Amino acid sequence: MTEKSGADILIEALTDLGVEVVFGYPGGAVLPIYDALFKQDRIKHILVRHEQAATHAAEGYARSTGKPGVVLVTSGPGATNAITGITDALLDSIPMVVITGQVPTTLIGTDAFQEADTVGITRHCTKHNYLVKRPELLGATVHEAFHIATSGRPGPVVIDIPKDVQVATARYEAPGPIQHKTYRPQTEPDLAKIQEAVDMLAAAERPIFYTGGGVINSGPEATRLLRELVALTGAPVTSTLMGLGALPASSDQWLGMLGMHGTYEANLAMNQADLIIAVGSRFDDRVTGRLDAFAPNSRKVHIDIDRSSVNKNVRVDLPIIADCARALDAMVESWKTRGHPKPDLGEWWSRIEGWRARRCLDFPEAGDVIMPQRAIRALYEATKHRAPIITTEVGQHQMWAAQHFGFEAPNKWLTSGGLGTMGYGLPAAIGAQLGEPDALVIDIAGEASIQMNIQELATATQYRLPVKIFILNNEYMGMVRQWQELTYQSRYSESYSDALPDFVKLAEAYGWKGIRIDKRGELDDGIQAMLNHDGPVLVDCRVAKLANCFPMIPSGAAHTEMMLQASEVSGEMDDEAKALV
Amino acid sequence: MHIKEEAIERHTLAVIVDNEPGILARIAGLFTARGYNISSLTVSEISDDDLISRITIVTFASAPVMEQIIAQLERLVPVHKVVDLTAKGEHVERELALIKVVGTGDHRIEALRLAEVYRARVVDATISSFVFEVTGTIDKIDKFVELMREVGLIEVARTGIVAISRGREPA
Repeated sequence: MTEKSGADILIEALTDLGVEVVFGYPGGAVLPIYDALFKQDRIKHILVRHEQAATHAAEGYARSTGKPGVVLVTSGPGATNAITGITDALLDSIPMVVITGQVPTTLIGTDAFQEADTVGITRHCTKHNYLVKRPELLGATVHEAFHIATSGRPGPVVIDIPKDVQVATARYEAPGPIQHKTYRPQTEPDLAKIQEAVDMLAAAERPIFYTGGGVINSGPEATRLLRELVALTGAPVTSTLMGLGALPASSDQWLGMLGMHGTYEANLAMNQADLIIAVGSRFDDRVTGRLDAFAPNSRKVHIDIDRSSVNKNVRVDLPIIADCARALDAMVESWKTRGHPKPDLGEWWSRIEGWRARRCLDFPEAGDVIMPQRAIRALYEATKHRAPIITTEVGQHQMWAAQHFGFEAPNKWLTSGGLGTMGYGLPAAIGAQLGEPDALVIDIAGEASIQMNIQELATATQYRLPVKIFILNNEYMGMVRQWQELTYQSRYSESYSDALPDFVKLAEAYGWKGIRIDKRGELDDGIQAMLNHDGPVLVDCRVAKLANCFPMIPSGAAHTEMMLQASEVSGEMDDEAKALV
Repeated sequence: MHIKEEAIERHTLAVIVDNEPGILARIAGLFTARGYNISSLTVSEISDDDLISRITIVTFASAPVMEQIIAQLERLVPVHKVVDLTAKGEHVERELALIKVVGTGDHRIEALRLAEVYRARVVDATISSFVFEVTGTIDKIDKFVELMREVGLIEVARTGIVAISRGREPA
């Protein structure tokens, strides 16, 4: 067997692993890899304009296709620019492999040009990381890295490759299926616990399913089985921000998102439930509100593939460590085998209908001003028949999109939940468009967030990606401003978007079509013009400047203290609440 | 507003890991990154091919945090096994200290007498100084060090705890 350079081994290993796209940016420490890329045509390289965008694009690609995202960046600033996206992938459990160049092994630790302690810096923001010091270990490391990134609870893995290792030669042979000596995630559930969970579900009077991003991560089977179990049991279903689309929004059993900006019915149902089945969700603080008031009279079943998620914030009664598809499959099987009839939840549902009747997502409208919620709804009505992929940035627009845009399928909703990274949406849309070339992909953005990775307009133009950006432009960092209104008596410190560009001209400068929407009467036509254009479009939609996102459960408050409208805002919070994010 | 605190317990953990570059940084870093406490940490290779190491950590944490620490350690890729020796039951804990005591006359005599009581060995001697080596439980070593401070202690080097379960089961 002939020897190959480390760079060639890397490319061959990636090809063996089925990688089709790599998002990256060249630099001195990765020149050998870029030369190897140049000489082949099976893997397509997408050149971004900032390494952070490479990581978010890889995330968007992964979340829309289910395949791992792959990133290639250089040493030093290339690697450090990728940290935000890597951390984002860790918190949202996105499968991603990031290849970073490094200075030659002989220079490591000498403060060499463009040297950074990449492995040290990423040690605690990755699922795992490697520094490959010998070319003969590179092939196996790449295969192992993909195995770790894509199995168990998915996450980002960094492979740091010094330049001399990229140049030195060694033999490479693709390994067989990986049987790792220590890393063995548990995917099969304990069947006794499954039966216990099923019996609890059959006996419950006020059950609720609380589903999360884990259902999406597990794959389409998990969604299918969730829907089957939900149909068998007739129970209501709510979901976290990350889990939207697992149950169709059009389902009668769908209560809407829960949590800080969740619906009234979802939060009250969680509060009054006697049994909560948590599937692939982690009882995050955005969901629970004040812990001592969270779902006080309920028993909790928690299905999660990660043992460290169990009993982390909330003590549960029955943890089941498993891949949620395997657990749901076993539950459906057990329900049918035990012959449970569909429970009579009439009383529970009539309570829920009472809460739904509050119509908590209704919003006031007047005159020509476009309410942001109206803009989202108009976008939804105009596009729903095409089942678009929606990405968002972070802030009020993100919450309004989650509230007012209905998702009928998983892998259509790409948002930064755990880390909440402004600037995620545009590169993620680019990644999603590459993964799903025939899909309609729309980034719903705020005018502050979109500027964080605005340089990626060029990437979409270069690769002829017809992504759409729909900016809800209210001239403020809306969510920050809302909190300043709530907590700091409207002292709007640095939350005004000053010196905004003319977005239409900016779009056109990058070869995009730009559309401006100012008045309510222009909304539908503007959206239609966006959809009709064959190519990337940026829409600057002017919306009401001081709209607030409700419902809202402020930090440190309980679900029962949900604010439904502006009149409930006092403008002040006590110190304990102020100390919470 | 006061930052809340919870009732804490002392736990001794044995963490069996791959002996790879950076493993100590990974384990110690996990504790620091998540705000867990490290009271004492020792590490050494334990397999004859030097590929496996045992890290012994003493930590102070509440019971729910303890559950988290163990789960977080277990999901690290290079970790083979995590044993909570405190929860598991009876175990043996020992530490070794090297203590330098400088003095003449009465202090020197008293130092030697106390060393005998504590079964400390003299591993270095000059006319005006001794280096004592003492092993035992933390309490024993704490006591000995306290006493030596009265008779001329100028330097102490301690290893931290190693621990092993009682009985015939591994860990």
